[in-house]
Amino acid sequence: MNPGPVMALEVRNLSKSFGGLPATNDVSLAIAAGERRLIIGPNGAGKTTLFNLITGDLRGDKGSIKIFGEEVARLRTDQRAQRGLARTFQIITLFPRDTLAHNVVLAMLGLSPARWDALRPLARRRDLYEKAREVLARVGLEAVAERPLSQISYGEKRRVEIAMALAQNPKLLLLDEPLAGLSHEERQGVQALLAAIPRDITVVMIEHDMDTALSFAEQITLLHYGKVIVEGTRAEVVAHPRTREVYLGA
Amino acid sequence: MNRTALIVCAVLAALIPLVAGDYYINLSSQILIAAVFALSLNLLVGYGGLTSLGHAAYMGVSAYLSGWLFLKFGMGHMLSAPLALLGTTLMAALFGLVALRASGIGFLMITLALGQVLWGLAFRWVTVTNGDNGLSGLTRPMPFGIDLTGALPFYYFTLIISIISIVCIAAFAYSAFGAVLRGTRDQPRRMLALGHNVWMVRYVTFITAGFWSAVSGLLYVYYHKFIHPAALALTNSAEVLLMVIAGGTGTLIGPVVGAAVVVLLKNYVSAYVERWTMLLGFVFLLIVLFMPDGLVPGVKRLWMRFARRRA
Repeated sequence: MNPGPVMALEVRNLSKSFGGLPATNDVSLAIAAGERRLIIGPNGAGKTTLFNLITGDLRGDKGSIKIFGEEVARLRTDQRAQRGLARTFQIITLFPRDTLAHNVVLAMLGLSPARWDALRPLARRRDLYEKAREVLARVGLEAVAERPLSQISYGEKRRVEIAMALAQNPKLLLLDEPLAGLSHEERQGVQALLAAIPRDITVVMIEHDMDTALSFAEQITLLHYGKVIVEGTRAEVVAHPRTREVYLGA
Repeated sequence: MNRTALIVCAVLAALIPLVAGDYYINLSSQILIAAVFALSLNLLVGYGGLTSLGHAAYMGVSAYLSGWLFLKFGMGHMLSAPLALLGTTLMAALFGLVALRASGIGFLMITLALGQVLWGLAFRWVTVTNGDNGLSGLTRPMPFGIDLTGALPFYYFTLIISIISIVCIAAFAYSAFGAVLRGTRDQPRRMLALGHNVWMVRYVTFITAGFWSAVSGLLYVYYHKFIHPAALALTNSAEVLLMVIAGGTGTLIGPVVGAAVVVLLKNYVSAYVERWTMLLGFVFLLIVLFMPDGLVPGVKRLWMRFARRRA
């Protein structure tokens, strides 16, 4: 099943049940390096559970997860992050009391040996804060870099979520509804941001907003009741009768 | 707290003996010892978000170790002090493995249980601890041949050790590791996703807090020249937690202020009222009601409001 190049993410026969209720049911996925993959499905289809299994927030009951050929199903969340996996959260999960720059610095420290430095003042690491401002500039937030996170708007926080992931220079990026709750204008901004993510980062995205999502992704996986129902190119999935069935309840 | 403020406080503290008699000098020593104790707990409670109700364990065990090494082997302070610190830190490393299987209430209950085990041990293991009689006949060290018997030299000794402790704890809190530690307090799940080993960060902090608590334990036993199971009691753990919360968790100066308030109340009020803990409880209640985040942040806020009104 696995000829040719190493996949960025390869999930095989992954299952997870909550008290007998299967949230992820024998899911297999193969995502090539540099791919943009969209995962869609109605509420409760197990999209976020799948993400949590890939990142290690949840442990699967069985199955294998390989990131660039390396089996990670037994690794802790932080160990998977060390191997180039980054994610954003559907519900904003940031540090409200700290400045935006500090939020991004925490992200950069995650992959830097400097995180164990318990002696030198962090504030004196100008290089880190300089780089944090550069990353914030990439998402258009350099003007508010020194503001506490609690003072910026919801749409801006969504951008910080993405900035923190980008700051880590990940190989594989999981975006969990990066457009959730945004206005039309904000959506377009974030959409442009996502389109600008360099190709050496493989992106897997969960999104409900079909217009945005469809324009972003080349490959689409449709989940329903924890199972992969349809998979293929944009055109294939949209045209598939099962897609219509799941979404329109036909 | 910035460097100038620290220097000003240190100079003021060094000047206290000029205006105070032996009673107040001794009281100041007690405050400093309590402050180091509270600062060590604040690493866990304030910066790590891990509320411990067993922090007296490390203070008490280091005090006991120091006393026992002297009485049993006639060991000098040059040797017993590092051994007591080492032994206590190793104990923290062991206890941390158990306590950090949980966080929140679970963590609190495990630290409480571990503390109670040691307290019981201090009462019952009479051959080592001398039980309820405690270990007496202890001495103070003589660093560089300076006699610390008097209140004044001992105060300066305590002040120097306290300043070293505060500077080290401040460096820890403001370092990259300290920032990561606060991150694990606020958003542990996010920190994991960013690649931070949350458990290890907490474990290192747990051991560090144990070490500085052990330092305060040495000062404690040198001050009293006596150690009793009461030092390991739950009330001692609760009192230091009270100092941290009353002063302001997660601030550097808060635990010091909290320590001063508790020690002063204890000494003044207990002279007049037998049930001084009741008054302590009442004061704590007032602080929680009117300054829920502690005295230092509370006063700071009041001052800002005052300054803004004048401007």
